[in-house]
Amino acid sequence: MRWLWIDRIVELTPNERLVAIKNVTMAEEHLHDGAGALPIMPASLVVEGMAQSAGLLVGHASGFKEKVLLAKIQKASFEREAIPGTTIRYDARITRMDAQGAATEGTIELIEPQSGEVSPMGRVDLLFSHLDQNSAGAEFGESNFVFGEAFDTLLRLSGIETP
Amino acid sequence: MERDEIFSKVRDVLVESLAVDEDEVEPTARLTTDLGAESIDFLDIKFQLEQVFGFRVEEGELFPDNVAQDQGYVSDGKLTDKGLSALKERLPHADFGELETNPQVAKVPEIFTVDAIVRFCETKLQASA
Repeated sequence: MRWLWIDRIVELTPNERLVAIKNVTMAEEHLHDGAGALPIMPASLVVEGMAQSAGLLVGHASGFKEKVLLAKIQKASFEREAIPGTTIRYDARITRMDAQGAATEGTIELIEPQSGEVSPMGRVDLLFSHLDQNSAGAEFGESNFVFGEAFDTLLRLSGIETP
Repeated sequence: MERDEIFSKVRDVLVESLAVDEDEVEPTARLTTDLGAESIDFLDIKFQLEQVFGFRVEEGELFPDNVAQDQGYVSDGKLTDKGLSALKERLPHADFGELETNPQVAKVPEIFTVDAIVRFCETKLQASA
């Protein structure tokens, strides 16, 4: 499960929206690598969590036939940091999609463990490319190496049918 | 919509998509060599134009798709006469001036100037009016 930055998909409206959560835990080594005194979830990995959430949504739209690659981070802004014990909720929506790729908008919320209070954490908008539809005509083989076993396990744990 | 307004909206899209300054977005500026656009930026620009102007852009309508893979259009890394004619027919908004004298496939992205994008949007908006 290395490099999976979401724990569960909690909502999926095909072609439109996917909501996923990640529970932040003290045992994660990267929380302790920052310069500050408190362990926090690095922003780069929060962006990756949104990329995985939105990427799964885009991949699901083609039945995971397309190799969906993150091509561009359009916007990434954060107003809060996630500390151990909190839950990050990624809410990704497709704004545009065609044969070549898709654009997504995403809001990120933070859920407090005791009160259950939900507060805005940030926003990440992304652009994905369908690798096999590249304008240079390069070929990348039959196997979809983007959506491997880890994603398959995540989908099954979340009760989502896998191809 | 007036041409000035279309230009202003196109400029906003390019500033956002290519992270350039407003004053760099001149009508004759080429998206690639002057404004630094890479292949993925063309998809981004297409999506943003659709959102801003409310029209739908079909595949290959604004930017060419897979020209280099068509054996009838390309020979020795250059567009054939047939290829050049086909591109001109499919992309009437583009600026073919330099490509006609030096039809290298690698130069195809340079036919897209800011003015070409404005012309494309103008035609699309007129067609949907």
